[in-house]
Amino acid sequence: MTVAAEERELRDDELNGLELSARLRSIWQTPSGLLGALTSVDHKVVGRRYIVTAFAFLLLGGLLAILMRIQLAGPEKTFLSADKYNQIFTMHGSTMMFLFAVPVMEAFAVYLVPLMVGTRNIAFPRLNAFSYWMFLFGGCFLWISFALNVGPDVGWFAYVPLSSLQYTPTKRPDVWAQMITFTEVAALAVAVEIVVTVFKLRAPGMTLDRIPLFVWAMLVTSFLVMFAMPSIMVASTSLILDRLVNTRFYDSSSGGHPLLWQHLFWFFGHPEVYIIFIPGTGMVSAILATFARRPVIGYPVVILSLIATGFLSFGLWVHHMFVTGLPQLGAGLFTASSMLIAVPSGLQIFCWLATLWDGRPVYRTPLLFVIGFIVIFVLGGLSGVMVASVPIDTQVHDTYFVVAHFHYVLIGGAVFPLIGAVYYWFPKITGRMLSERLGRWNFWLAFVGFNVAFFPMHILGLIGMPRRVYTYTADMDWAHLNLLSSGGAVIFALSFVLLLVNVIMSLRSGTLAGDNPWNASTLEWATSSPPPPQNFDRIPVVKHRDPLWLDNASLPVVAGLSVERREMLVTSLAEAEPQIREASPEPSIWPLLTAIATSVFFIGSIFTPWAVLWGTPPMAVTLIGWFWPSGSKEDEE
Amino acid sequence: MPVRMRTVLVPFATLPLAACAGRQSVLDPQGLQSHQILNTLFIFLSLAAVVWIAVVIVLAVGMLRRKRSADQPLALHQPFERAAGRVVFILGLATLAIVLGLSIVSYAGQRTVFAKDEHALTLKIIGHQWWWEVRYEDDSPDKSFVTANEIRIPAGQPVKVELESADVIHSFWVPSLTGKMDLITGQKNELQFTAKSAGVYRGQCAEFCGLQHAHMAFAVLALPPDEFGRWRDRENQGASSPTDQLGKQGEQLFRARGCALCHTVRGTLAGGQLGPDLTHVGSRTTIAAGTLPLTPATLGGWIADPQHIKPGNYMPKMPLQSDELIAILHYLEQLK
Repeated sequence: MTVAAEERELRDDELNGLELSARLRSIWQTPSGLLGALTSVDHKVVGRRYIVTAFAFLLLGGLLAILMRIQLAGPEKTFLSADKYNQIFTMHGSTMMFLFAVPVMEAFAVYLVPLMVGTRNIAFPRLNAFSYWMFLFGGCFLWISFALNVGPDVGWFAYVPLSSLQYTPTKRPDVWAQMITFTEVAALAVAVEIVVTVFKLRAPGMTLDRIPLFVWAMLVTSFLVMFAMPSIMVASTSLILDRLVNTRFYDSSSGGHPLLWQHLFWFFGHPEVYIIFIPGTGMVSAILATFARRPVIGYPVVILSLIATGFLSFGLWVHHMFVTGLPQLGAGLFTASSMLIAVPSGLQIFCWLATLWDGRPVYRTPLLFVIGFIVIFVLGGLSGVMVASVPIDTQVHDTYFVVAHFHYVLIGGAVFPLIGAVYYWFPKITGRMLSERLGRWNFWLAFVGFNVAFFPMHILGLIGMPRRVYTYTADMDWAHLNLLSSGGAVIFALSFVLLLVNVIMSLRSGTLAGDNPWNASTLEWATSSPPPPQNFDRIPVVKHRDPLWLDNASLPVVAGLSVERREMLVTSLAEAEPQIREASPEPSIWPLLTAIATSVFFIGSIFTPWAVLWGTPPMAVTLIGWFWPSGSKEDEE
Repeated sequence: MPVRMRTVLVPFATLPLAACAGRQSVLDPQGLQSHQILNTLFIFLSLAAVVWIAVVIVLAVGMLRRKRSADQPLALHQPFERAAGRVVFILGLATLAIVLGLSIVSYAGQRTVFAKDEHALTLKIIGHQWWWEVRYEDDSPDKSFVTANEIRIPAGQPVKVELESADVIHSFWVPSLTGKMDLITGQKNELQFTAKSAGVYRGQCAEFCGLQHAHMAFAVLALPPDEFGRWRDRENQGASSPTDQLGKQGEQLFRARGCALCHTVRGTLAGGQLGPDLTHVGSRTTIAAGTLPLTPATLGGWIADPQHIKPGNYMPKMPLQSDELIAILHYLEQLK
């Protein structure tokens, strides 16, 4: 209160136009140079890095898939040894799940959510920077280990007792388990940031029923992350304890049990699928509204479906364990609960179909990928209903039928929307359009390649081909379909090469996008492309679910935020009424240093339990540095 | 209801798939259980096909139909919005009804597949990295015996297998007879099935169990009941003593060169417990858990260098002179 008596600091209601813009830019921008890059806490800078890194892991994981498809293209091939193949399929699954699918969705949220809710930065931006470094270090740790022939080889699910010290006396499972810890720390951090950003940093007037569907999807996803990830961290940490200090969580001869691992793993593992899929649905809703030229039909239905999916996803992990000898009635109940998730998923599909039915579709590349999504995902969902049935699952479990099913769900349900999202938001992120001509080629190659690669796998599973076999004999009749599948995989891979080419060419010479090239309705399109460091010169006021369609010419704004220091507007949870002004942190090197100290601690602790002891003081030091009071104006208040 | 649906569906549903059916195939059911599962599968498959085609048609029509002309995204036609809401609601209810119906169909199938027969022939299967130990147990010890990688059962009679693991988790799967069941360390699972007719049914480990998971197959040989009885009596006896000089030399080398440290040949001094029981190895059809057909050439190659054929398996390469190898091979071939 003493501030009011002193000279009032400069606020944005006293400036206008270019001067306001320049002032805000100078206080919000990331410092230049290497140090600037390492200290940045701008959600756009971190989000961009996150997206690029996750796509780099996609390329690596895809490369492994191609190696596997070469090995399986014919019977008894010796292109890969059993040992290499087992490492490669483990690396493929782990990379795609932990280093690509979950991070890339969170990365898009890190970039887009603050823009879509109309604020200047994500909540806890230093935690955000820390999260990125942890993700990067965890991913590099896994891949460097793989390059050193210490890549995990016990499957991305690492079932005990195979992954126990007795049956795998190498460091490989430890690398896997600790990579989990890295990526889970990163994922949990982002989840917390997204929830707080959505709950407390929305533009005034963006009531709960005006939040864009993509933001809703990321909010639900973030809650799933917070409830599911602790389960896998408990699992992987106790696995390391079993291996390193001889605890007996999973040792059946000492009262532990291997099935404990499976319960913990799948209690995480099944929601994990929805952690990947729900953001995909958010992207679909965003793209569909823009290109069908109308709001998505059934906004409340879609949101309730997302929330219902989130809840149901925690009640069906047992369908991964139907052949472990569970009680029959219990297993039957999990059949019903697994199939039940078809209801909210179906409702969303029906809403999208109705939207397309009424809209005036503009067939640009993002919409093509959404249409591809519907065709592929529905097929994957229906094969999911099949594998949910106990008797059917006893046959198709751990066969290529399941491989086909979850690639239809994950690639159809998440990667197709994601590539659509790349085409859709690339102009916002870079300021340039991707080539539409290459985009169409990209879509058709992806659509045809995907189906040729994965549809035959349904049949392969039914004619007896189990998963995770590095080879098969010629008399098994699997050769032709495998060759077909490998051919499809090459076409599918080409589509990603084309995407890469398109991105590189468009970065150099794509058409300039302008603020809102698609004439979309949400707030990220109200600022320039790429957005300035402060996102918006003035915080918008939202009076409608589709603010930019209401009247693009005059978006109302609020004024009164400082132009001398980083300041954001905090609003109430339900009604988004302005509550207080809140300082937002300056760039800092401490998140990076903390991440380095944490990484040393994590990696050291797979070699010696003493790392827990000597690894902690450096972490404490960096955390003290991180939270040291900076003597900013807000601290004084 | 499942039965009636099946008679309608099977004729056209099997046509395109029949060509793909092999001897290790869900689509080629030769057991009571696998047949029941395939019926359930066809019910699900046909419903899924109908739903998918319906969605694609609605999508296509929605894309192609003539649209309202105004390009005002927020100028919505309220009657359409209300009608769309109702349709979405009805379709949601329909989805709910379908999944509840399918849950019941599934549970009915499950009850049939896992129905238990008190009088089933019981045998115990123990999973090892990467082979199958098969124990025929009887109340009297002299009628109990052990074999490996080949499971002979009487056709037309219910069989119960008790499943255990000696090391990591494996999964017992003979798709043409029934669905799979895991072999889990520290847990006893069981599975019942009936082969409808005599024949050879290939099975394979379906849970990733380490380096040579791909080479952990086995065969179920369903024999006519009387033939099964004769086989069981024969198997029950110890190994026949070699008759010729080379065979005797082979038997002696089998012990002297370390084979007997891991392998048992009942009725001889060879009593190792780590590897498969070889008492009647000469009568089997494959070696190395279904990796190769059993011929003198493959068996000789296997003994000479098992690591070449199945890298990483736990049988070491033993230093043998070629004449020693020939003698051991000759001895094993006689163990019918």
